Amino acid sequence: MSALSGTGSSDKVVAAPRARRNLLRRLDAKLSPYLFISPFFLVFGVFGLFPLGYTAYISLTDRNLLAPVSHFIGLHNYALLLHDSYFWNSVENTFAIWILATVPQLLLALVIAHILNTKLHARTFFRMAILLPQVTSLVAVALIFTQLFAHDYGFVNYVFGKFGVHHIYWESGRVSSWVALSVMVMWRWTGYNALIYLAAMQSIPEELYEAAAVDGARRFRQFIHVTVPMLRPTIIFTVIISTIGGLQLFTEPYLFGQSTSGVTGGSNRQYQTIVMYLYEKFLGSTQFKFGYAAAIAWCLVLLIALFGLVNYFLVSRIRSAES
Amino acid sequence: MKSIFKRRSRLVLVVAAVAVLATVSGLSVKGASAAKRSNVTLTIDVFGDFGYHDLYKQYEASHPGITIKEDTEGYPEHHAALAQHLATGAGADDIEAIEVGFIANYTTQSRYFVDLRKYGASKLKKRYPNWKYQQAVAHNKKVIGLGTDVGSLGICYRTDLFKKAGLPTKPAALGKLWGKSWSDFLAVGKRYQKHAPAGTKFIDSGSNLFNAIVAQASPGYYSKSGKVIVKSNPQIKAAWNTTMRAIKLKQDQGLVAFHADWNAGFKNGTFATVTCPAWMMGYIQGQAPNADGKWNIADVPGGGGNWGGSFLTVTKQSQHQKEAAALVKFLTSPKSELYVFKHTGNLPSEVPLLKSKAVRSFRNPYFNNAPVGKIFANSALKLKPQPLGPHQGDFQTASTNAIQRVEQHLQSPKAAWQQFLKDAAAASG
Repeated sequence: MSALSGTGSSDKVVAAPRARRNLLRRLDAKLSPYLFISPFFLVFGVFGLFPLGYTAYISLTDRNLLAPVSHFIGLHNYALLLHDSYFWNSVENTFAIWILATVPQLLLALVIAHILNTKLHARTFFRMAILLPQVTSLVAVALIFTQLFAHDYGFVNYVFGKFGVHHIYWESGRVSSWVALSVMVMWRWTGYNALIYLAAMQSIPEELYEAAAVDGARRFRQFIHVTVPMLRPTIIFTVIISTIGGLQLFTEPYLFGQSTSGVTGGSNRQYQTIVMYLYEKFLGSTQFKFGYAAAIAWCLVLLIALFGLVNYFLVSRIRSAES
Repeated sequence: MKSIFKRRSRLVLVVAAVAVLATVSGLSVKGASAAKRSNVTLTIDVFGDFGYHDLYKQYEASHPGITIKEDTEGYPEHHAALAQHLATGAGADDIEAIEVGFIANYTTQSRYFVDLRKYGASKLKKRYPNWKYQQAVAHNKKVIGLGTDVGSLGICYRTDLFKKAGLPTKPAALGKLWGKSWSDFLAVGKRYQKHAPAGTKFIDSGSNLFNAIVAQASPGYYSKSGKVIVKSNPQIKAAWNTTMRAIKLKQDQGLVAFHADWNAGFKNGTFATVTCPAWMMGYIQGQAPNADGKWNIADVPGGGGNWGGSFLTVTKQSQHQKEAAALVKFLTSPKSELYVFKHTGNLPSEVPLLKSKAVRSFRNPYFNNAPVGKIFANSALKLKPQPLGPHQGDFQTASTNAIQRVEQHLQSPKAAWQQFLKDAAAASG
């Protein structure tokens, strides 16, 4: 390039392309990074932000899915929702199932990860095997567990019967249905969380354990005083993720009901979750109340945000490694 | 090095731009080539099994260039997806099946459907019972669908269990015993329970009993003028009382229709009777192939009734409305309906067929060679038409739940009835 400009051609001729080149170069430096990250934001805008905003708008109308016209009604849907006992019932169910499923699940995942972190035989096999529930189809899981928890010919009742326990109506009872659903959720997600914990455990420096051992800490104390504090950020992550997932629970309880009334979550709505209620109002019945369902969706968003924060503060109280 | 990177990044940008352009233009190219093709693929969306597969093959053979693709889903999923596809203006098939519980939702939204009068539906009117034809007529007189089957009603019963309980096993004798009223039916149930084989009950599920009795009511959940009369219609309350009596007399197994335990009940023979719309025959055969020859069918107490039945519609979204309408006419033709009845069990909805020898002489070998043609055709011809409304389906869900709450000892009959009324009001509000 410099050789070309040195051949004595006039400055004017060269200046224009050079200016343009400079401009391009500057644009390239300034703009390209944004262009490179733009696909995510474009996709997020189209499939994330727009639906969020549109749902918020719809929730302020009396839009019915099939009706040709709708009206702006302000916060009327939200006012109705606050006095809707079936909505609060679904909130209660969702939280109950979440607690029953998540607390034992994360504790169990910690223990499993701890075991997998020791020098086991066929360690890789076990580490792979534990992820298997994750790759099974959700629908298959729900259907098979529903069969297992069936009243008359279900395997669980069969085993209970062997121990002299009377057959339990898993589906019709409130707490029993929560337990059955929690087992489904646990079965599917424990391995996933265990694997995340395992990855975090492997990054804990060996010296800490050696130091603890020198101080006379047995394995259990090492686990409580070294492993758990070191895992704090990971535990916070899994709690937040399972909060988001757990409050959106739908497929398992929907299929648990099986019959045409599956969407009400049992005859007494004993296990109808928030998303199931949303679905019932939107598509699962003959009501097609789009506006009302949108209001439920936004309440769910707020609930998840609120509950996520609460959990964050609760889990943050685990003594951190630094303190 | 730096400039190479820059040049490369610029190259990437260019490639990206070209790729975007190519996909955009690719879309239009695709659209153009599809229009040029003379072959037509018709899509038809049904729920469960409509028994059409052989008919498609016949139609494709006699109509070169036409290919038929069927999509099928469960009953609730199908109708949820349909509402979504129509409202969003995309995704609906050329032909969509709609069950009677949902048809009133769409006669008020006729803009989504092709008016089949354009394709000669008016001429077919006299083939159908007036009520069946009118169910798919919108307020603006548009005909949005043609009838496929009607539910009709009978009582399916296990002859082996009846015999063990010391009851007559012939359909004619049973028809005489309980043909007049449902309280006669429960009287037979009393006799059954006295000597019932261990672990068995007279009926499978309270809601199946309730739905059958409501199916006979005229009017049912809606008055002729379209008002919801769940609370004020004495016939609904009477159906409820009969159901509650059956539960109190411990004649009811308390199962939930279409649930795993209900399906297992068919296999293991834990209940002696099921209220039987014609389409239930296919379901029983599918659930209990081992019970071949053990089931039989008798007349339903209280005469005619209709439970279920569907319509085929052509959507406005269809690119091939003319061809789709022709296929609908073929699938709802007497010949096709007869074929489906013989092979799947769904009862034809057309009067000349219901009166024809072909239907009336048909016996089903699985059901002890019961004269199913005669039983179901008689019930269909006798029934008093029931005015429909948009929230039928929700009332059925609410009543099913209410009855289950009593069966599962979660509520008293009184409290369950009150909550049913509340749910029904909320659904239609």
